Amino acid sequence: MTAPTVPHAPAPAGRHRFAHAARMEWIKLRSLRSTLWALLLTVAGMIAIGVVTMANTKVPSAAKAAEFDPTNNVLAGVALGQLVVGVLGVLVVTGEYSSGSIRSTLAAIPDRRTLLMAKAAVYGALTLLVGEAVALVTFFAGRAALADGVPRPGIGDPGVLRAVLLSGAYLGLIGLLGIGIGALTRHTASAIAALVGVTFVLPAVIGGISGTTVAKFFPTMIAGNSLAVAKPVSDMLSPWTGLAVLCLYVAVVLGAGARLLARRDA
Amino acid sequence: MIEVQGLTKRYGPTTAVEALSFEVRPGAVTGFLGPNGSGKSTTMRMIMGLDRPDAGQALISGRPYGELRWPLREVGALLEARAFHPGRSARAHLSALAAGGGIRSARVDEVLAAVGLSDVAGRRAGTYSLGMAQRLGIAAALLGDPGVLLFDEPVNGLDPEGVRWIRELMKSLAAEGRTVLLSSHLIGEMALTADHLVVIGQGRLLADTSVRELTARGRSLEEAFFALTGASTAYRGAGSGVDAAPERNDR
Repeated sequence: MTAPTVPHAPAPAGRHRFAHAARMEWIKLRSLRSTLWALLLTVAGMIAIGVVTMANTKVPSAAKAAEFDPTNNVLAGVALGQLVVGVLGVLVVTGEYSSGSIRSTLAAIPDRRTLLMAKAAVYGALTLLVGEAVALVTFFAGRAALADGVPRPGIGDPGVLRAVLLSGAYLGLIGLLGIGIGALTRHTASAIAALVGVTFVLPAVIGGISGTTVAKFFPTMIAGNSLAVAKPVSDMLSPWTGLAVLCLYVAVVLGAGARLLARRDA
Repeated sequence: MIEVQGLTKRYGPTTAVEALSFEVRPGAVTGFLGPNGSGKSTTMRMIMGLDRPDAGQALISGRPYGELRWPLREVGALLEARAFHPGRSARAHLSALAAGGGIRSARVDEVLAAVGLSDVAGRRAGTYSLGMAQRLGIAAALLGDPGVLLFDEPVNGLDPEGVRWIRELMKSLAAEGRTVLLSSHLIGEMALTADHLVVIGQGRLLADTSVRELTARGRSLEEAFFALTGASTAYRGAGSGVDAAPERNDR
């Protein structure tokens, strides 16, 4: 059998790289309606919670004036935002497995580590940007909702800008944690259960048993008591230590997820 | 050119593919035949780098899939229908793949037109019928204009017109000098489409021959196929109690 010459153009020089994987993941992320709805829910929910919390913030008693930290109150919506952002991060990975699209994805980008890092880079960058934007907007909206007579925090006051920006960054980190957990389990239900367990259930249970000794290391506790504070809380991790601990968690979970994806059959 | 060399895959105690070796040459449609559970899909998944073989290797143009420089420009595959997210449109699905494969985006509309999905390209792919889903899978396989193509049961869910379209497509791709591996358990369809046949049963190679040669062994290709695979078909075997390896059609 004689094979006629193949008419199609030969592949150009070079090879596929991380940038191709990242562009692919960006198109995939923005072409799902759920991305937009989830991020809108995060933005609207965090602003609403911030405004309502501030509107209900009373003038502190003289005894508590020193530790009065309205910046912490205005960022209370992070607890909701982390859930939405984390679950969407889980779906960025597990949605590929439940739908079967992972086969197409791996056909284009066979290296699972490259693929996972591209997903993390794209989703992490998006949630970081949205997180910072919503944290800033929430701060100013909530500040405006404070009742007369309640001391108003200024963005230039000591620690305030740090609290706002670290809270925004927290959403990006939780997004990455969701991606890592999704890569570990590859199943939506178990990944969401793990995420909710780590962010809500375990710190509450452990906090009830042993106080803050262990509970202070859980993400939600770090977010509320270490990151979103203009006035650091005693017994809790300092803001920068909290951030470093979170980054460590993300690196470990993403690294383990990448390792497992590379080892397991798709 | 696809080279399968001593490929072996076990799932626990079950051996799905055992020491399987064959070559798929360019310029012809090579049919990949075998009863359900014979290891066809597992073999194709290993060629695509989705499953890791326990022994042996599968090479495409001399390289394992994971080492291809531009995978989508070198290999196109339809492994199972619905290798896409139901919430994404056909156009978005193909655009993402084009970006990942370094393929110019104008190619997306070309392949959508080629498979007849242009009018519904903006619709969520989850609303597609099985036949439309197959067409989207074929569009994805053709996206990078690759020299090597793998199709696992491509006519599933297609109407007679679609079946004929696939047949002509396979033949024309081979006539252009491409390497085409086509799995099916529809023997009649294979007799019409394939030039060469690789037949497996219980993960082992049973025949690697031309359609003409195999047909000449019996009254028809079907007769010859049954003669060849009789011993390895669980539900026809004479109470051997040996189950065929499970076909991995569930992803």
